[in-house]
Amino acid sequence: MGKLISGAEIVFKVLEHHKVEHIFGYPGGAVLPIYDELKNHKTIKHILARHEQGAGHAAEGYARSSGKPGVLLVTSGPGATNAVTALTDAYMDSVPLVCISGQVPTHLIGTDAFQECDTTGITRPCTKHNWLVKDVNDLAKVMDLAFEVATTGRPGPVLVDIPKDIQFKKTNFVLKSSNKKKLNGKSKPNGKISSSDLDKVINLMKKSSKPIFYTGGGVINSGPEASKSLRELVSITGFPITSTLQGLGAYPGDDPLFLGMLGMHGTYEANNSMYSCDLMINIGARFDDRITGKVDEFSPKSKKIHIDIDPSSIGKNIKVDLAVVSDVGSFLKALNKRIKEKHKDFLNSNKQNISKWWKDIDKWRQKKSLNFKNSKEVIKPQYAVQRLYELSKNKDTFITTEVGQHQMWAAQHYKFNKPNRWMTSGGLGTMGYGLPAAVGVQIAHPDKLVVDIAGEASVLMTMQEMSTAVQYKLPIKIFILNNQYMGMVRQWQELLHEKNYSESYTAALPDFVKLAEAYGCVGIQATKPDELDEKINEMINTKEPVIFDCRVDPAENCYPMIPSGKPHNQMLLGPEDEKEEVTDEGKTLV
Amino acid sequence: MPKSKSAYSEPGKLGKSEHHIIVVWVDNEAGVLARVVGLFSGRGYNIESLAVAEVDKKKHISRITIVTSGTPSVIEQIKLQLKKLIPVHKVADFKRNDPNILFKELALFKVVSSKKNREKAQKVCKKYNSFILDKSKNSFVIQVTALRREIDKLIETLSPLGLVSTSRTGAVAMTRGSEIFK
Repeated sequence: MGKLISGAEIVFKVLEHHKVEHIFGYPGGAVLPIYDELKNHKTIKHILARHEQGAGHAAEGYARSSGKPGVLLVTSGPGATNAVTALTDAYMDSVPLVCISGQVPTHLIGTDAFQECDTTGITRPCTKHNWLVKDVNDLAKVMDLAFEVATTGRPGPVLVDIPKDIQFKKTNFVLKSSNKKKLNGKSKPNGKISSSDLDKVINLMKKSSKPIFYTGGGVINSGPEASKSLRELVSITGFPITSTLQGLGAYPGDDPLFLGMLGMHGTYEANNSMYSCDLMINIGARFDDRITGKVDEFSPKSKKIHIDIDPSSIGKNIKVDLAVVSDVGSFLKALNKRIKEKHKDFLNSNKQNISKWWKDIDKWRQKKSLNFKNSKEVIKPQYAVQRLYELSKNKDTFITTEVGQHQMWAAQHYKFNKPNRWMTSGGLGTMGYGLPAAVGVQIAHPDKLVVDIAGEASVLMTMQEMSTAVQYKLPIKIFILNNQYMGMVRQWQELLHEKNYSESYTAALPDFVKLAEAYGCVGIQATKPDELDEKINEMINTKEPVIFDCRVDPAENCYPMIPSGKPHNQMLLGPEDEKEEVTDEGKTLV
Repeated sequence: MPKSKSAYSEPGKLGKSEHHIIVVWVDNEAGVLARVVGLFSGRGYNIESLAVAEVDKKKHISRITIVTSGTPSVIEQIKLQLKKLIPVHKVADFKRNDPNILFKELALFKVVSSKKNREKAQKVCKKYNSFILDKSKNSFVIQVTALRREIDKLIETLSPLGLVSTSRTGAVAMTRGSEIFK
C-alpha cells in the first residue's frame, strides 16, 4: 500500500501527468484545498485572472495559440456561473478546455448552501461532458478522462466539479491511462480512411471544371501538419481556396490561389465562387449560417464533399454528396499521397479544365470588394488594420479580436500566414473575448507580439483583465478601433431599422489613455491618419502592455456584406449598393 | 420582396415529419437521463413518450426508448447527437410503422361504475392482454398492453363507462425474430 494523498494533490498529479504548465483561475471557498496544494507543484504556474470569464477566455487563447488544452480553476457558485460564457464559447468554437470547479461539501449538496449551484446541471449543455466527483477514489480516473474527452475527436470544453470534502479526502493514487486510441473518450469506431473514398474524391475533382476548397477551423484544430498538407493539396491541384473566419491562417492569406474569407462579410470573389462552383470541397468547416446565408439557395449547382471529424456536423445544415468522417489532417495527408501516386500530373492535366473558372474568378476579383474610400482627415478603421498589418507582418504576430465590425475588418485586412495566429470568437460571438484571450496567448508565447484588435464597446466588458496583464508583465497590445458605437449593431440599425440607433451609442466612454495609466500600463491615442504609422510603431516597440485608442470614423460600415436571407451572389459592396437596394426593392444587385 | 429585418436567414423548406422510435443504450449513471432529455429540449426536438430502466444489472446499462417525430434530417441529427454523448453506447432508430418492430405500451385504468358498465369496460379491454389487478364493490383496476393509438382509443371508449383514472407508460420496442440490434 502506497502513501495516501489528498484529492487536491490528485488533481495536480493528473495535471502533471498531462504536462500542464499553466492554469488560469480565481480562488474561492470551495476550491481552497486545491489552491493550498499549488505551492507543492512548481512546474505548474497559476495565472490569477480578475473574473472567471476572463480566466476562461485566457485559457481559450492559450489553447488556440498553442494547440494544448487550456486549464481553468474556479470556485463553486458564482465562480462556476461566471465561467459559463467562456465554456459555451469554447464549445461553439471547438477549443479544448478542462475546467475544474470547487463545489460545496457533498453532505451540503442540494441544501442551497452558501455559494452552491447545480454546476453540472448548468454546464451540461455547454460542455462535451462533465462530472461531479462524489468519491475520491474516482477522482484520478475522471480527471484523466476529462483531458481525453476535451482533446480527442472534435475538441471542446469539459468540467470536473469537485466537492470540498473530496479535495481533503485521502486515498491511494492510481492512474491507469489506457493506450487504446479513443475518440471523445469512447472507443474509436474506425479511423481508417478507405482508398475508395479517396478515389471518389479524386474522381469528382477530375470531373470538375469549377472546383473550390472551403476550409475551416478543423484544419487549425488538426494541428500544424494539417495546414502543411492543405498547402500541398492546393499546390498540386491548382484549385482556388477560401476559408471561414476560424480557418484563417491554415492557408497563406497573401497567396494568389486564396480568395479571402467567405460568408456574410467575405470577399466578392469567395462568395461568388461558392455560389457558382460545380464542386465544393469542405474541409473541417460546418456550414454555419453566417457562411451559407439562405440555405435553399446555397451553392445550387455544386456537388459537395464534406470532410469532418464530427459526424453530427455532416448533413446538419447542408446535404452533401460525399462525406468522410475523419481527422482532416490524416485525410489531407492520405489524399495528397493518393494523388501523387496515381495522378502524378494532376495539376497540368487539369489546368485546361479549370482555366475558364479562374478567368471568372479574376473578373470577380476586379471588383476589389475590400476597397474603401480612404480619408485624409479621419482614420478609416480598415486603414488602421491595414497599417497595423503592414507594420507587424514581419514579426510572428498573434492577433485576437473582440466581436463586431472591428473583428470583420481584422479578418478582411489582416493576412495570416500561419495557423494558430488568429484567435476570435466566431460561433458564440462573445464581446469581451479578445483582451483575456490575448493574456492567454501571451502566456503561451511570452516573446511574441500579441495584439487584440478591439472595439471600445467589447473591450469594456472584460477590461479588468488589464490588471492581470500588468501583474504578469504581459506586453499585450489592445488596439481599439474606437468609433463610440457598438458598430455592428449601429450598422444593422442603419440598414434594417430605419437608422433608429436604439441604445447603440456609448456616451461617457472612459479616457482610454488615462485608463491605461490607471492600470499601470501605457496609453497611446491616434486621431489623424498621418500620425498612425508612428503611433503604431510606438505601440509595437513598447515593452509594457498598451491600450491604443485609435479614434476612427464613427459612421463607417463593414462591407462587403450579404444581406440577411440572401444567397451568396447578392452582395452589397458598399454604401452605393445599399441606396439602390432601398430605392428599388426586389431588384437584385448582381 | 419585403426586406428582411433579421440578422438570420428565413426558414427554408421543411421536409415531411415522421414518427420514429429511438432506442438508446446508456451507462446508468447520475444525470444520464438529463443529458439525453436535455439534448432533445436544447435542440428543439420532440419527445412524445419516454421509457427508461436498467436492463443490465452487472454492466449498469439502461435502455431508453424515446418516441419522437421530425423530418428525416432532424431524425438523423438526433441519432448523431446522441451518439456523441459520452455515456451513450449505441443508438437504434425505427420507423413507427416498421413491421419488423414490436411496440408496446402499458396502461392501467381505474373504472368506477355500475356492474353492467364495468362488464362492458372489461369486454372492450379484453383483446389487449388485459388483467384485472384489483377489484372492489363498485370498481376495478385493469391493465392492458397495446399500441399508443389503441390505448388512446380505449380511453375514449372507457370514458362513458366510468373511467376515473389513467396511468400509462411510454412505448418500449424490440425487433422481431432472432436478430438483435448491434
